[in-house]
Amino acid sequence: MPSIVVDQLRIDFPLYHGQSRSLKRHVGDRLSSLRPGSPAAHLVQDGRERTIVSVLQDISFSLAPGERLGLIGRNGAGKTTLLRSLAGIYEPVHGRVRLEGSIGTLLDSSLGMNVELTGRENIRLFALHGGLSKQQTAQLDQDVEAFADLGSYMDMPVKAYSSGMTVRLAFGLATAMTPQILLMDEWFLAGDGAFMNKARERLEAMVQHADILVISTHQPDIMRKWCTRVIWLENGKIRMDGPPDEVLEVYLTA
Amino acid sequence: MEDSNSRTPILDLAPQKGFGRIRAALDDLKAGFRLLPLAVALGWLDIKLRYRGSVLGPFWLTLSTAIMTAAMGVVYGYLFHMDLPHYLPFLSLSIVLWGYVSGVINDAATAFTQSTSLFHARRIPATLPVIRLIVRNVLMLLHNVVVIAVVFGIYHIWPKQSWSLLLSVPLWLLDSFSIILLIGMLGARFRDIAPIMASLLQIFFFVTPVIWKPDLIYAGRQYLLLDPFYPIIEVMRGPLMGYEVRPVLWYAAIGQGILLWAAAAALFCRMRARIPYWI
Repeated sequence: MPSIVVDQLRIDFPLYHGQSRSLKRHVGDRLSSLRPGSPAAHLVQDGRERTIVSVLQDISFSLAPGERLGLIGRNGAGKTTLLRSLAGIYEPVHGRVRLEGSIGTLLDSSLGMNVELTGRENIRLFALHGGLSKQQTAQLDQDVEAFADLGSYMDMPVKAYSSGMTVRLAFGLATAMTPQILLMDEWFLAGDGAFMNKARERLEAMVQHADILVISTHQPDIMRKWCTRVIWLENGKIRMDGPPDEVLEVYLTA
Repeated sequence: MEDSNSRTPILDLAPQKGFGRIRAALDDLKAGFRLLPLAVALGWLDIKLRYRGSVLGPFWLTLSTAIMTAAMGVVYGYLFHMDLPHYLPFLSLSIVLWGYVSGVINDAATAFTQSTSLFHARRIPATLPVIRLIVRNVLMLLHNVVVIAVVFGIYHIWPKQSWSLLLSVPLWLLDSFSIILLIGMLGARFRDIAPIMASLLQIFFFVTPVIWKPDLIYAGRQYLLLDPFYPIIEVMRGPLMGYEVRPVLWYAAIGQGILLWAAAAALFCRMRARIPYWI
């Protein structure tokens, strides 16, 4: 049974100031702690300016099959970081993240694709990542080609694509394997109207298979249509958690 | 951590301590090698992309090594008063081997930063970029081996004691892995590592007996052992050229390997989970 359990998750980000990231600073800090009063002692004070940004604090929630969670909040509220830590990219500094089920991610707008490579080559790399057999790879290739509708662009480098084309390719790839858990950032809304309808069909089919969706977006209407639950993040904390209509009403008037 | 034996994959992440860290590091290593086909494809595409659209393709590598060997062979052969039939085979082998060593170390500093978009798109084992880098450099080495073959062919030389490859090749691969991991992590955290490595390599190219034969030095040749690159180059090159490699060089090379692995393993266990935060 696919599920997500997040328990007291905290993610801190070290913000290295341009200079404090260098070896000079680091060694300077060490040296000056040995010899107070040396010229390097001055570096410590600067070095201590190194701020640790607490991006997420004390996040706890759990999701059961069939739940479609929307993340809402202003820029910098921690939506993308939460999605990334759910994907296992950022491991918790404190707390625990546990996901059961295969995971599909639509986080990076390029989906980790190499823009110098053609669409087809990127599909092959994606298939290798998933450990697919030759037959499955061929099937993936066909499926994505049919969905993304790129025509002869399939054999052109991705850097020649328009942003909408890249999104279609990425979305087709990430949803072709029908992951049990889909994590999605808001960038995918770059597609045109026709694509949005197609994307919704595909997503809805996926969710019907009792899978979990976590999506971050700024668009309330998308959230009302797609989500069964909304978490409002503010400054890295959960401000509100409930059904879309309830949370959105407060969020939009706030 | 990731358990792929059960039917549904489980991703269970929490801060690790002690043995948990070691287990997580081993899991990462296993996951990295499970993705070997992906690493090979990425490493090969790296080379293909660099030369996409050029006439010779990756054989530019071969050609530039050939030109470098010929030019240096003539100049340094004259300077060192060496006759070409003896010097050129040595030089071609040395230059190709050094090309691999410096390629690995130069690329190592950006091993993780270069894969930022891969890291940010989904969870990948941190050892994947390491394997990709080894693959890329081994493929480049194989393109250059052509130069060695041609030079050896011209002078009718056959590699001696090639059985030694059974020892030296695994040692080189193991060393490559640990040094890429080590320098890669340092390079992800401290951005000065890349330029430092580039300038160190430049110095060591001349200090290490790469273009000159080690037996040109008589007095103080024990100091050569302080050169970190000397033993590893010598255990590969010496047997192939058919001259005696002192056992102390083998000990030094193997000792180096153990030290590198210990350092890389310790740092990796401690810092593995931090790599995505740094890049």
